[in-house]
Amino acid sequence: MEGLTLSDAEQKYYSDLFSYCDIESTKKVVVNGRVLELFRAAQLPNDVVLQIMELCGATRLGYFGRSQFYIALKLVAVAQSGFPLRVESINTVKDLPLPRFVASKNEQESRHTASYSSDSESQGSYSGVIPPPPGRGQVKKGPGSHDVVQPRPSADQQEPASPVVSPQQSPPTSPHTWRKHSRHPSGGNSERPLTGPGPFWSPFGDAQPGSSAGDAVWSGHSPPPPQENWVSFADTPPTSTLLTMHPASVQDQTTVRTVASATTANEIRRQSSSCDDPWKITDEQRQYYVNQFTTIQPDLNGFIPGSAAKEFFTKSKLPILELSHIWELSDFDKDGALTLDEFCAAFHLVVARKNGYDLPEKLPESLMPKLIDLEDSADVGDQPGEVGYSGSPAEAPPSKSPSMPSLNQTWPELNQSSEDTAIVHPVPIRMTPSKIHMQEMELKRTSSDHTNPTSPLLVKTSDLSEESKINSSVKFPSGNTVDGYSSSDSFPSDPEQIGSSVTRQRSHSGASPDNTAPPPPPPRPQPSHSRSSSLDMNRTFAVTTGQQQAGVVAHPPAVPPRPQPSQAPGPSVHRPVDADGLITHTSTSPQQIPEQPNFADFSQFEVFAASNVTEEQDSEAEKHPEVLPAEKASDPAGSLRVAQTDGKIEEKTAASVPANVSKGTTPLAPPPKPVRRRLKSEDELRPDVDEHTQKTGVLAAVLAPQPSIPRSVGKDKKAIQASIRRNKETNTVLARLNSELQQQLKDVLEERISLEVQLEQLRPFSHL
Amino acid sequence: MAVCIAVIAKENYPLYIRSTPTEDELKFHYMVHTSLDVVDEKISAMGKALVDQRELYLGLLYPTEDYKVYGYVTNSKVKFVMVVDSSNTALRDNEIRSMFRKLHNSYTDVMCNPFYNPGDRIQSRAFDNMVTSMMIQVC
Repeated sequence: MEGLTLSDAEQKYYSDLFSYCDIESTKKVVVNGRVLELFRAAQLPNDVVLQIMELCGATRLGYFGRSQFYIALKLVAVAQSGFPLRVESINTVKDLPLPRFVASKNEQESRHTASYSSDSESQGSYSGVIPPPPGRGQVKKGPGSHDVVQPRPSADQQEPASPVVSPQQSPPTSPHTWRKHSRHPSGGNSERPLTGPGPFWSPFGDAQPGSSAGDAVWSGHSPPPPQENWVSFADTPPTSTLLTMHPASVQDQTTVRTVASATTANEIRRQSSSCDDPWKITDEQRQYYVNQFTTIQPDLNGFIPGSAAKEFFTKSKLPILELSHIWELSDFDKDGALTLDEFCAAFHLVVARKNGYDLPEKLPESLMPKLIDLEDSADVGDQPGEVGYSGSPAEAPPSKSPSMPSLNQTWPELNQSSEDTAIVHPVPIRMTPSKIHMQEMELKRTSSDHTNPTSPLLVKTSDLSEESKINSSVKFPSGNTVDGYSSSDSFPSDPEQIGSSVTRQRSHSGASPDNTAPPPPPPRPQPSHSRSSSLDMNRTFAVTTGQQQAGVVAHPPAVPPRPQPSQAPGPSVHRPVDADGLITHTSTSPQQIPEQPNFADFSQFEVFAASNVTEEQDSEAEKHPEVLPAEKASDPAGSLRVAQTDGKIEEKTAASVPANVSKGTTPLAPPPKPVRRRLKSEDELRPDVDEHTQKTGVLAAVLAPQPSIPRSVGKDKKAIQASIRRNKETNTVLARLNSELQQQLKDVLEERISLEVQLEQLRPFSHL
Repeated sequence: MAVCIAVIAKENYPLYIRSTPTEDELKFHYMVHTSLDVVDEKISAMGKALVDQRELYLGLLYPTEDYKVYGYVTNSKVKFVMVVDSSNTALRDNEIRSMFRKLHNSYTDVMCNPFYNPGDRIQSRAFDNMVTSMMIQVC
C-alpha cells in the first residue's frame, strides 16, 4: 500500500475508529465484522465497499491491519466525497473530510451527529427531543478508548441529582439532537465520534436503571448490539477545523452521541464535551470537589478513609456496584483511602455517572492522580501515582499503603525501586561475608534502601573501599577470614599474614554498617600489628605503594630483635645456596614464620630478576630473610614468587618474614648490596638495620620492583599474579635448562658408552 | 491455563467462581467443593499454633485424570482454589504460586474497596479482568 499521510485529526479519528473495531484489543487487527459494519454505516454502496476493501489490501491479506484500516477509512472518505476510488486518491485528495459513518438507529433519534463543537449552545439545539431517558437505548461502548470516548462536557455536571452541578452544564436535556452538521468544534475529539455510542446524559434523577443497563453494556466489550449508533460527523468542516483539538475549553464543547440499541431500554443521550478530554475537570468542578473534600478531611494532604468516602458517595444514590467500580478506578494506589486527587477523580466519576455517562474501564488520564516526585518517597500524603507506575494502579507507589497487607510483598520492591532514586546516603557495605556485613545488608534491605547489598557501596575511605572489596575478593591464602570486627579474634593470627593490613581494612569496612565512615584504622592496627608489629600498616598505607617496602620496612623496627636471634639461624640460611637451600632455608629458620618463606621467595625472585642470576641462590637466601620481614603485605606475591623462584618454596602464606629477616642477616654480602641500595633509597623508615637494611634492603629491593606489594589486597593479588607469571617463566626457563642438561647428559652417556666400547675393544689387545 | 478459579469464604461458601465456559461448569463446582475437604485437612494438619508458619500456598490438593486442583489459603481463611488442565504440561509450581499471588493481591484490592462488604460476592471488574487473564493465558 502506498504510504498514507494523515492529518492529525484524521490520525486521531482513525485510531479511534480502529480501537472501536478492535474489540479484541489486539491492537493489530480489527475484526472484520466490525469493520464491515463500519463500512456499511458509511452508507456506501456495497460494491464501493468491496472496492475499498480490495484497495486497502484487506482482501489480499485477509484481515484488517492498522494500515489497511486507515487506508480503508481514507477511501471511505474519498468515496463519500464523491471522488473516484483510486489508490492514489488517498493521498492526493486534500482536505478530505472525515469519513462519515452513520448508524442506523432504530429510534427516532437514530442519527446523531457527534460534533465537537465549541459552542455550548449546541446543547440547546438538542433540547428538542429528549426521549425519556429510560427509553433511550443503551450506551454502547466501543472497546478501547472509553475514556476518550466519554465526552462529557465539563460543564455538564448536572446538578439536580448530583451534588455537583456546574452551572455550565446544560441541563441534561438533551441531547437529542443529532446534528448533522457541524458543530465542529473545535475539533473536539475527532476520534471520539466514532467510537461508539457516547455517553448519554441522563436527566437528573434518572439514570440509574438505564445507566446500569448501559453500564452493563458499556462495561464489557459487549458485542455490538444489532444496531450501532454511529456518531456522524459533521462533514463539511475541513478536517482541520474538525479536528482541532480544543484545549480544555470544556464548556464550550459538546458532543452528542447517542447510541441506541434496540436491545436496551435505556438510552440516554448525553452531551459530551468536545474538548480533548471529556473527563477533564474544570476549575469550578475542582473547586467544588476540593470543598467537599475539606468537609470530610480538612487537611488537603491527608486521606479520606474508605468508610467516610463510602458514606459520602453513597449519598449520591448510585448503586453500590457502580460505586464500587468507581472506587476501584479512583483509588489509584489501592490503599483504601482517597487523597485529594483520588477524591476528585471519584467525585468526577460519580457526577459523570449520575449524568448518564458510563463508567470507563480504566481511569481516564486526566483523572489520574498526580504523580509524586520520585524523590519524595517520603511524601506519602499525596499523590499516589508515580510516573513510573502510572497506569498500573496496583503498583502505585506504596508510599501510602497501610492497608494493603497482601501487597506488602510487592511494596518493598516498589519501595525500593521508587527509592532507588532517592538513596540519600551511601551505605558502605563490606564485601566480606561477615556477620556484621550480613546484618547490615539485611538492615539495608529491610529499610527498603534499595542498595544492592551485594554491591559494595561507598566505603568511607577509598582505600578501605578498595580494600574491602579486595578483601572480599581475595581470600587470603592463609585463609584469613577476618571479616571485620566480628572476627577480630582472628586478628592475632593475622599478623602472620599479609592480612594484617588487609584485615585492618576489612575491619574498617566491617564497621561501615553504621553507615559512617569507618573509623580510621588506628585502633585496629594494634592487634594486627601484634605480630607484625614490624609491619606498620599504618605507615604502610600511609606511604605510597612504591614505598611499601618502606612500610614493610617500617616493619623493621620490630624486626630488629628478630634478626638477632635469627642471626644464628642466619648461617643456616646460607645453606640454601643451592636451589634447595632456599627451601631448607625457609624451613630451617626457626623463627621463620611459616609464610614468610613466601616472602623470601618473593623477594628472592625479585632479586633474582634484579641481580644476576648466578647470585640467585645467595640472593635468594638473602632475600629470604629480608623478604620475610617485609613481607607481610607482599605476602601473596612473595609467596608465589618464592614458590616459583626455586620452584620449591611453596608456602606462600604470609611469610613469616621476621624469621627470614633474621635469616636475612646472614648472607648478604654480595647480593645485599644492590638491594640495599635499592631498599635504602626507598625506605626512609629504616631506622637502623644495616643488616636489616640489607635484608630489608633486599627485601625492599625485591619488593621495590614489585610495586604491587600492595597496600591493598588488590595489589597483592596483582603481585601474586605477577609473581605467578614470573614463576611460570622461571619454570619454563628451568625446564628448558633441564631439557638441555638432559640432552647433555645423554650425549655424555653416549660418549661414555662409546668410550667403554672402545676400551673393550682395546682391552682384548691388552689381554693378548 | 486455569480452567476454573474459585474464591471460597471462610465459612466455605463461594465468593467467586469462574470457569471456562467451554466445560461443564457444574463439574468444576463439584471439584472445588470436594477440594475444600482437602484444604481443611491441610490446614488442620498444620497444627494449632503454627498459623504463622503455615504457608499460604497449599500446593496440589488432588489430581484427577484430567485436572489438577491447587489450593491456597489466606490468613483469614479465605481459600482460593484453582483447577488446571492436566494436559497443560508447562505449568510449574512457581507459576501456580505466582498465579495465586496475583489472585491474592486482587482479592486484597477488592477488600480494600469500602463499598465491598466482606462476605458479598465479588463483583469487581478488576478482579474479573484479572481472573480472565489468568484463565486464558495459555489457551
